[in-house]
Amino acid sequence: MFHKVIAATALTALTTSAAFAAGHCADGKTLTEGTLTIATGNPAYYPWIMDDAPESGKGFEAAVAYAVAEEMGFGADKVTWVRSSFDQAIQPGPKDFDFNLQQFSITEEREKMVDFSSAYYAAPMAILASAEAKDTAATVDALKALKWGAMGGTTAVPVLMDTIGPDDMPLLYGDNADVTAAMQAGQIDAALFDLPTALYLSAVVVEGSSVIGQFPADRTDNPDRFGLLLEEGNALKACVDEAIAALTESGKLAAIEAEWLQETTGVPLIK
Amino acid sequence: MTKTNAAGKTRRQIYEDRLRRRSMLIAGGSTLAVFLAVVILVPMAPGWDRVKASFFNWEVFAKTFPKLLEAFKLDVAIFLWSAPAIVILGLLVALARDTRNPALFPLRILGAAYTDIFRGVPVVLTVYLIGFGIPGLGLPRPWNSPYIWGSLALILTYSAYVAEIFRSGIESVHTSQRAAAASLGLSDADSMRFVILPQAIRRVIPAQMNMFIALQKDVALLSFIGPVEIFRQAGVFKSLLANFTPYVGAAVIFLAVTIPATRYADYLMAKQNRERS
Repeated sequence: MFHKVIAATALTALTTSAAFAAGHCADGKTLTEGTLTIATGNPAYYPWIMDDAPESGKGFEAAVAYAVAEEMGFGADKVTWVRSSFDQAIQPGPKDFDFNLQQFSITEEREKMVDFSSAYYAAPMAILASAEAKDTAATVDALKALKWGAMGGTTAVPVLMDTIGPDDMPLLYGDNADVTAAMQAGQIDAALFDLPTALYLSAVVVEGSSVIGQFPADRTDNPDRFGLLLEEGNALKACVDEAIAALTESGKLAAIEAEWLQETTGVPLIK
Repeated sequence: MTKTNAAGKTRRQIYEDRLRRRSMLIAGGSTLAVFLAVVILVPMAPGWDRVKASFFNWEVFAKTFPKLLEAFKLDVAIFLWSAPAIVILGLLVALARDTRNPALFPLRILGAAYTDIFRGVPVVLTVYLIGFGIPGLGLPRPWNSPYIWGSLALILTYSAYVAEIFRSGIESVHTSQRAAAASLGLSDADSMRFVILPQAIRRVIPAQMNMFIALQKDVALLSFIGPVEIFRQAGVFKSLLANFTPYVGAAVIFLAVTIPATRYADYLMAKQNRERS
């Protein structure tokens, strides 16, 4: 009995001190003292954030954001959400968020202008093919002949050019909705997305389409790794990295992934 | 010409010279002051280093500029095939709005409705609606190409503006000329063709030049529906490099085309004003 009490006290002490330590890390480094301001896209898409409502904590990125916040000592009530475009995230000058997550891929070039946390997810690139083109073989040669599309602001563009090198110049769009509109209008046969997005679009948005292949991680010189974006030189980066490392180690990140992102093993690799 | 007497300049000329020198000194001084203020004060702003790295990054500029120039060729191509269509359609709509035959009244209504609708809808919306909407009806390739339908959207919108300018030109030709042409035995069509239009078109050329300068910039709107022209290419670089310098590069390329064109339009306008006065 006595032992149990000691153990319980010790445990409480341990958790509180851990919380304190985390709290100290972010102390005075956030935009508003005592709260964490997190930005995401406008609109935010499934399955990253459900129903465009990050406050619900539903969706992969919403769940990751709350988990990171908790790890840093901010309860769910201490998290404020704001919206930002990609351009707002990279523009020089003070930011209105502590960190920003909307499937930002970490790249060397971007690192020069902004800071990224360590990765919270590594996404393989996958091919969404229209109803007419979904029987194309998942080989680079067969894929070259398709009419390609992609979202212009993503790392899908260099992957497409470097690994497939389509015969025709691909058409590029401003956001995912426009890519799918073009596919539905029959203007493109195939488009490159990160795998979870491709699976969602094929299941829900583009009728008759199918995800015909994914690139093995070693195919691209750096697989798409998503990081939290912070203002260049933000002192919070160390705390965020620490939180992500802790989440990875405890298996919590993997659990969130399993909860929100579909099973991705059924998609064939591209040869 | 003013007369110069043996003693040199008149008192009035001396006075005017002095005034001119004085105003040139002031103009030069104030230009220099503004220029220095910009060059010295802007870099003193606390965020200048960040802004410079993000908008005026030479390394990024040098790396992306050749590709931007390459992409600009597509803008020029779209402009070149759209412009003649705009002139023709614009002129036809203007003529439709000017028909005086009562039997052709529906044509006037259609012309008016056309200009009202396409001048009233933002170009980008027209590009979206036509560029994605019509191919969505199930046209086979290559007839669903965004180049075709995007260009059509530009043509429809700009024809509406151009038609109105042509119409103002047609109306600026005094009605007495129509009467004179009729009294010479010219038919309505002939008097329009040989009397009214040659004057009308000449009068509106400077105004039309401005429309085509605007069109040159709006060609970039086609990037919304897929074509990788300069604006999209710059956007791709911006995203990959997290740097806005490619946009500055694109702006430089646009300016290199539009500034000479604008100056030329100004020159035409000034020439016309001189001829009229």
